[in-house]
Amino acid sequence: MAEVEVRLTQVYKAFGGDAAGRRVAQYIKPDEHGVIVAVDHIDLEVREGEFFSLLGPSGCGKTTTLRMIGGFEQPTSGLIELAGQDVTWLPPYKRNVNTVFQSYALFPHLTIFDNVAFGLRRRKIAQAEIKTRVREMLELVELPGYENRKPGQLSGGKAQRVALARALVNKPAVLLLDEPLGALDLKLRKQMQVELKRIQADVGITFIYVTHDQEEAMTMSDRIAVMNRGKYEQLGDPETLYERPATEFVAGFLGVSNLLMASIGDRDGDYAAAHLADGSTVRIPATLKGPVAAIKIGVRPEKIRLYAEGAPVPEQMNRLEGQVMDASYLGASTSYIIRSNDGERITVFEQNLARTSHGSLHQPGQKVQLAWLPDHTFAVAADGHATAGGPDGA
Amino acid sequence: MAATVAPQRSTGRLMRALEHRALPVFTVLAIGYLLVPIIVMFVFSFNRVDQSLGDGKFNYQWHAFSLEAWLNPLGWPGLGNALYASLWIAVMATIGSTILGTLIGLALTRYAFRGRGMINSLIFLPMATPELVMGSSLGILFVATALPPLRGAVPTLFPFGISTILIAHVMFNISYVVVTVKARLAGFDRRLEEAAMDLGANEWTTFWRVTFPLIFPGIMAAALLAFSLSIDDFIITSFVSGTQNTFPIWVYGIIRNALPPQINVIGSIIFLVAVLLVASSTLRTGRPPR
Ligand SMILES: Nc1ncnc2c1ncn2[C@@H]1O[C@H](COP(=O)(O)OP(=O)(O)O)[C@@H](O)[C@H]1O
Ligand SMILES: [Mg+2]
Repeated sequence: MAEVEVRLTQVYKAFGGDAAGRRVAQYIKPDEHGVIVAVDHIDLEVREGEFFSLLGPSGCGKTTTLRMIGGFEQPTSGLIELAGQDVTWLPPYKRNVNTVFQSYALFPHLTIFDNVAFGLRRRKIAQAEIKTRVREMLELVELPGYENRKPGQLSGGKAQRVALARALVNKPAVLLLDEPLGALDLKLRKQMQVELKRIQADVGITFIYVTHDQEEAMTMSDRIAVMNRGKYEQLGDPETLYERPATEFVAGFLGVSNLLMASIGDRDGDYAAAHLADGSTVRIPATLKGPVAAIKIGVRPEKIRLYAEGAPVPEQMNRLEGQVMDASYLGASTSYIIRSNDGERITVFEQNLARTSHGSLHQPGQKVQLAWLPDHTFAVAADGHATAGGPDGA
Repeated sequence: MAATVAPQRSTGRLMRALEHRALPVFTVLAIGYLLVPIIVMFVFSFNRVDQSLGDGKFNYQWHAFSLEAWLNPLGWPGLGNALYASLWIAVMATIGSTILGTLIGLALTRYAFRGRGMINSLIFLPMATPELVMGSSLGILFVATALPPLRGAVPTLFPFGISTILIAHVMFNISYVVVTVKARLAGFDRRLEEAAMDLGANEWTTFWRVTFPLIFPGIMAAALLAFSLSIDDFIITSFVSGTQNTFPIWVYGIIRNALPPQINVIGSIIFLVAVLLVASSTLRTGRPPR
């Protein structure tokens, strides 16, 4: 396993509580004192050379976490280490970390060259070397020849690249990026995602990337921490997060998921029985059987196959009955909304493989059978806490 | 219905006619109102004034075109010294108040501290207080430092002179500097300073490489304002100047006996320099200083 580059130990950050901005660690019940807990006792290890993402909805504490690693904010309590060294109280200019700011924060009074050279100049590097390194870096971000422009003359996408070049030219151990593509339009954003990933592979620097866009995090990251209310609910590679979400929040935040209330029954080999509200029983992997009996089981829309009423369903599959409420033709696939016997709405994506020339395979109003493999089932605690695989348990 | 529409339509036409015809007229009148005194001052700086012309030393009546005053702008006893003192005081008061005012402006925008709200409102007081009140109270204060019970307990600021004038000028200038600098700082993106520190600049380097260049136009505007307030201040200065002459005080003193065209010459020069400064800063930044 690669070495740990950034380590957060029990990092806690609260804002407010005192107009004079004094430390608020002494408050025990935050809300009564108007204290906002932005980051709530996070433990995190980011490995060397990894593309690590903090993913979560707006206000969940991603930026604050990043700013504490960058040194712009001090934790109320906790420890932050870079390459094994305690940097919790070091100012930003004493950390081998650089940041790409959400708003780019290019110096408007300096040329692109001087912007990119800013960090090198602070380190008293020889003029000739500065010249070559800035030129190389502008080539890497595909902006050669822009040296003498001013930031005000650049489009959003180009300003973004300059911000990246300005940070990377210093060869930091860790690069922090706070929603760097947030201000770009969709097409440019897709393009920059690929490019960022290429640049990261090129330079081999650890990236810590903040985003609220699950698709962006999934395409780019080696590992993702899914944050909610100042904590992360699950940490893992994109596939694990998608296939085995540990909490209801994670299941809902990454893609579409169908969640059904279930009570866990007996174990049978590798599987455990789960009794659903409509009276049917399905099987789930026994590893998911957590400490609580009442859970929600989940299955992703593309994992479900639809069979006509009465048609034979392969025996190893889980089976549920329902009625088609809506079918939308999406080109590559069709999206169905199915109502189960006890009234739950279930979304199903079906690839358009066996299409006939007339309409959807299953018409609204039609009775259907839903089927999926037990291995494609995941389970989360009904109250939203993790049952298995979660970082902080239930 | 038609009856109500018709007058409306004619009102609309009237309004449009007013906009097209009257607005330019009003504009010209308003600008004329502002410029006429300056034009008169400028024209009369070329007047020929001497004892033999009947109205004595008073530059009231047009006699003949002459470059005499422009060729000899300090040609009255005491004028040179008074002008020199005024310039010196204005420069020093500008430097002092700009530095202090900028620092206060920075502190008030950057930091949350006890009493910030109070200082924010107190800073307007010198602007709102009548000069007469401020001048007399400063005068009393300075004299009081030399008398019991304060005597010996505080540095004596009496007798009046350049130093008391300087203290007074720095004091009333600071408010204007603070307000101007704060306006510039209000639009300042703190992320730029964070970016500088992120790139290895410590607080000192960050200030001089990023903060200062970006707020410099505001500081410059504040300094120009301070200079112009200081160089022509009469009321407050008159309370604390003692025997020290400044240009406005000298003018006030001399007009009982004479009104030399040199006053117009110096007035014109100050005006032209101000216009040049504003024009050059407009050209450089593309907009007039705030
Ligand atoms: N300087 C601050 N003062 C007070 N509250 C703050 C400050 N910065 C962030 N917060 C609060 O902390 C919480 C987390 O903010 P942030 O880290 O910016 O979230 P995110 O980046 O995930 O949107 C939010 O509720 C936000 O309002
Ligand atoms: Mg944020």
